Amino acid sequence: MMIWAIFAAMTGAAVFALLWPLSRGRAQGFADVADARSLYRSQLKEIDRDLARKLIGEEEAQAARTEAARRLLRAAGDETGPAGETEPSLRRRRASSALMLSVVPLLALLIYGLYGSPGQPDQPLAARLEKAGQQQDFAIVLARMEAHLAANPGDAKGWSLLAPIYLRQGRYDEAAKAFAAAIRSGKPGPELYAGLGEARIMEAGGVVTAAAREALAETVKRDPQNPRARYYLALAKEQDGDGEGAQAALSQLLAEAPADADWAGAVRARLERMQADAGRKAVAALPEAERQQAIKAMVEGLSERLSAGGGTLTEWSRLIRARVVLGDKPAALQAVKTARERLAEDKDALAAIDALADELALKEAVP
Amino acid sequence: MIVEIGHYALALALGVSVIQAVVPFWGVFRQDRTLASVGSSAALVSFALVALSFAALVTSYVRSDFSVGNVVANSHSAQPLIYKFTSVWGNHEGSMLLWVLILTLFGALVALSRRSLPPRLRAGTLAVQGLVAVAFLAFTLLTSNPFQRLAPVPAEGQDLNPILQDLGLAIHPPLLYIGYVGFSITYAFAVAALIDGRIDAMWARAVRPWTLLAWTFLTLGIAMGSYWAYYELGWGGWWFWDPVENASFMPWLAGTALIHSTVVMEKRDALKVWTILLAILTFSLSLLGTFIVRSGVLTSVHSFATDPARGLFILLILIFFVGGSLALFAWRAPLLRQGGLFAPVSRESALVVNNVFLATACATVFVGTLYPLLLEMLTGDKISVGAPFYNATFVPVMVPLLLLLPIGQSLAWKRGDLLGAAQRNAVAFGLAVLAALALLFFTRGGPVLAPLGVGLGVFLVLGAGFDLAERIVTRASGWQAMLSRARGLPRSAWGTALAHAGIGLSIIGIAAQAWSTEAITVLKPGERLTSGRYTIVLEGMSPRTGPNFRAEVARFQLFAGDRELTPVEASKRVYTARAMPTTEAGIRTDGLSQAYVSLGEAQDGVVAVRLYDKPLILLIWIGSLVMALGGGLSLTDRRFRLAAPKRAAPAGAVQPAE
Repeated sequence: MMIWAIFAAMTGAAVFALLWPLSRGRAQGFADVADARSLYRSQLKEIDRDLARKLIGEEEAQAARTEAARRLLRAAGDETGPAGETEPSLRRRRASSALMLSVVPLLALLIYGLYGSPGQPDQPLAARLEKAGQQQDFAIVLARMEAHLAANPGDAKGWSLLAPIYLRQGRYDEAAKAFAAAIRSGKPGPELYAGLGEARIMEAGGVVTAAAREALAETVKRDPQNPRARYYLALAKEQDGDGEGAQAALSQLLAEAPADADWAGAVRARLERMQADAGRKAVAALPEAERQQAIKAMVEGLSERLSAGGGTLTEWSRLIRARVVLGDKPAALQAVKTARERLAEDKDALAAIDALADELALKEAVP
Repeated sequence: MIVEIGHYALALALGVSVIQAVVPFWGVFRQDRTLASVGSSAALVSFALVALSFAALVTSYVRSDFSVGNVVANSHSAQPLIYKFTSVWGNHEGSMLLWVLILTLFGALVALSRRSLPPRLRAGTLAVQGLVAVAFLAFTLLTSNPFQRLAPVPAEGQDLNPILQDLGLAIHPPLLYIGYVGFSITYAFAVAALIDGRIDAMWARAVRPWTLLAWTFLTLGIAMGSYWAYYELGWGGWWFWDPVENASFMPWLAGTALIHSTVVMEKRDALKVWTILLAILTFSLSLLGTFIVRSGVLTSVHSFATDPARGLFILLILIFFVGGSLALFAWRAPLLRQGGLFAPVSRESALVVNNVFLATACATVFVGTLYPLLLEMLTGDKISVGAPFYNATFVPVMVPLLLLLPIGQSLAWKRGDLLGAAQRNAVAFGLAVLAALALLFFTRGGPVLAPLGVGLGVFLVLGAGFDLAERIVTRASGWQAMLSRARGLPRSAWGTALAHAGIGLSIIGIAAQAWSTEAITVLKPGERLTSGRYTIVLEGMSPRTGPNFRAEVARFQLFAGDRELTPVEASKRVYTARAMPTTEAGIRTDGLSQAYVSLGEAQDGVVAVRLYDKPLILLIWIGSLVMALGGGLSLTDRRFRLAAPKRAAPAGAVQPAE
């Protein structure tokens, strides 16, 4: 708020300074002829002075005087009548005051409004460095850590703190280097190796490379139960073409997961995706007639499961789409109806279902 | 908060400039002096606002406020304070702000020079100046905003381009901008006069100090830039006919012509149309320079910006101001009252000849600069126009101009005496020829043109000296009288002589470069290399650490013949933030000459070394300084300070002395 008060004061001062000359005196014309006269008079004086100092001869001085006089006469011929009748000049003054009062603040606010960041405070480096503890901003802490580690590259603890930060920031290359440095300079635990493996996989765009696999192998050597390593090793199996093995590994990981494991959700999602992919592949491999059959069976299965109770918006949407694709409009309408009943609590979900129904041109038969 | 206040002040300045462009014009048209006087207060307010804005940006730089994007991109917390400061204009956005600051500073100066300017002319000029300010403020705010904020805030900046971390570069841009922008004032004067339809000796007298001021600073700026290129870029050249250099050189040539033509206009009330045209062209060439440097049509040390939106914006500004003023010129110029005729042999005719030659020289540089750009745009062929082109076109135009210079300078106004002038310069000419012949004799087998060039330079210096001497000596009897005449001589006469002698000195320095020598080899410690008069012996290499760079320094003993000079150091630096190497040449000044050592690659204890012998090279820049000094001296001439028309003065106005 403070800053807007300052802006207002600045604007006020600027506009006031502009208005100031308008408030003074009556309308005046230009006294150009007088100006010209005095110029030529001073020129004549200069000639006399030069003559007195013998910088020019008498003859030259005379010629110069004649010319200056000639110009003075000509300037007098240019004389313009006195201007500035009171009424129009007053109107002009009012108009220009209005112009100043509107254009200056409006233009400034428009431009500043488009590009300014009035809410952002100054952040000089010294002040940022002085702040302690919680208030310190993250970039400074990071820079300090980096500087510290550049000076003490053997600080394993520092590296093991920095590496996960890089990983989270998406700086995978630096993360991998930091994990490697932590491993090199300390007694590496399984988590460091797992982190190194993850950083290398991310750096490779999700491919479990040989180098990453090495790191994962080191992890499980130290801690056979390490969930991160087991997860990525399962992905490695999938990438090797062993889909079933991967699914089995993930299922086992989930089965052994502690109840409060925060990573379980992500693993389950991945497993479901694998299963869906596998199912789709299996169905796609079937001959035409059998494939239709298989798809129908899958849709029926889904429908049964959903009508038994529960079901998320995604699942309902999938069912409705599937019904439409299979050409079973009444069943689709039925699904929409049930879905609306089941999801009645959730406004957003209802809207989504309605939108989907519109999109698929599903309308209740008009009674 | 300071950053945002600076940003808002800049936006506010735009609004104020709009008022400055509109209201005074209205006053001029309606003969309303009250409205016209708004121009002055608007110019002052807008300068105050832009100064506030500039101060805010400087504060951000000095405090390393990395929440400002511009600071992050061009500064580093480990930079020495002076370079944190100069980083402000070492980049596109910041230098635009400096440009606008100088523009509004000139506006404020015009507003303050109440005594020397007729109010009508001042109002018109300030209005045009306001229009220019609107264009550049809008450009800065809309396309090149130095106050853009960043979130999240990085912990460290990316450092200023290392080759710009140099004291020479710290002062080169401000000097150059004062020159460029100063010509915007003469442009504003010209356009105001065209709109108003009146132009006379008074106009010329009002414009002349501004032209001189701009010209003086432009001269210094170009000289500084040239010296910087000489010692920082490490290949020993001092002028490359680079398009960017030409971009500053063209306004200089046109401005030089303008200075001379305003003299004619002031003294003889003639050459009005031509002077107006020159004033417009000079600033147009400055704008063209801005366009070339900032639009990204070419890449060089200077080209900051490669954003097409910026290029387009500047092109529009260019079209508006150049096209608009030329259209106005075509419409109004025929209405201007022409001044008197003049005799073929007179000072004024000589000045016309000067203008013709300078304009032609400027045209050759223009063609040499723009033809390659156009060709590349149309056909995609890249050609480079370098020294051979200019030696074949620019030099032949300049040589006769310079030969005629001392003669024209000693001609009288109105009716000159060619024979007398020739006689007066015969001694100087004779001495110059002797000097050239002696040099030819002593440097037999060397380049033939160099002694001739030195002779030309000597002629200019002596001609200027003799001209002064003659004005002091003739008609004076005795030494007292001579002294009083010397004191009575207007400062502009001293200025003229100094400026002309300065050109002579520069010419001598340039010509002497034909004798410069260069040697390249690979040296181990203890080995020697000879080039021309100088020999260096490599003592050793050692690493060194600066605040934000690491350097590998080579130390050399230096001998000129048998004489041992102070040892010289050359180094290669690597700036850590950008991991960018630069070369720091080792330069030892020996009289007016210099030994110049620069390092190449270093490997396994050996290092590639270039050694140049640069005879009399300092004269090039000393000459420029003398030229600028001449300009400055003319500027302080009593007439300019005195040009005050005695107005029907409001109370409190101080009447000038005398």
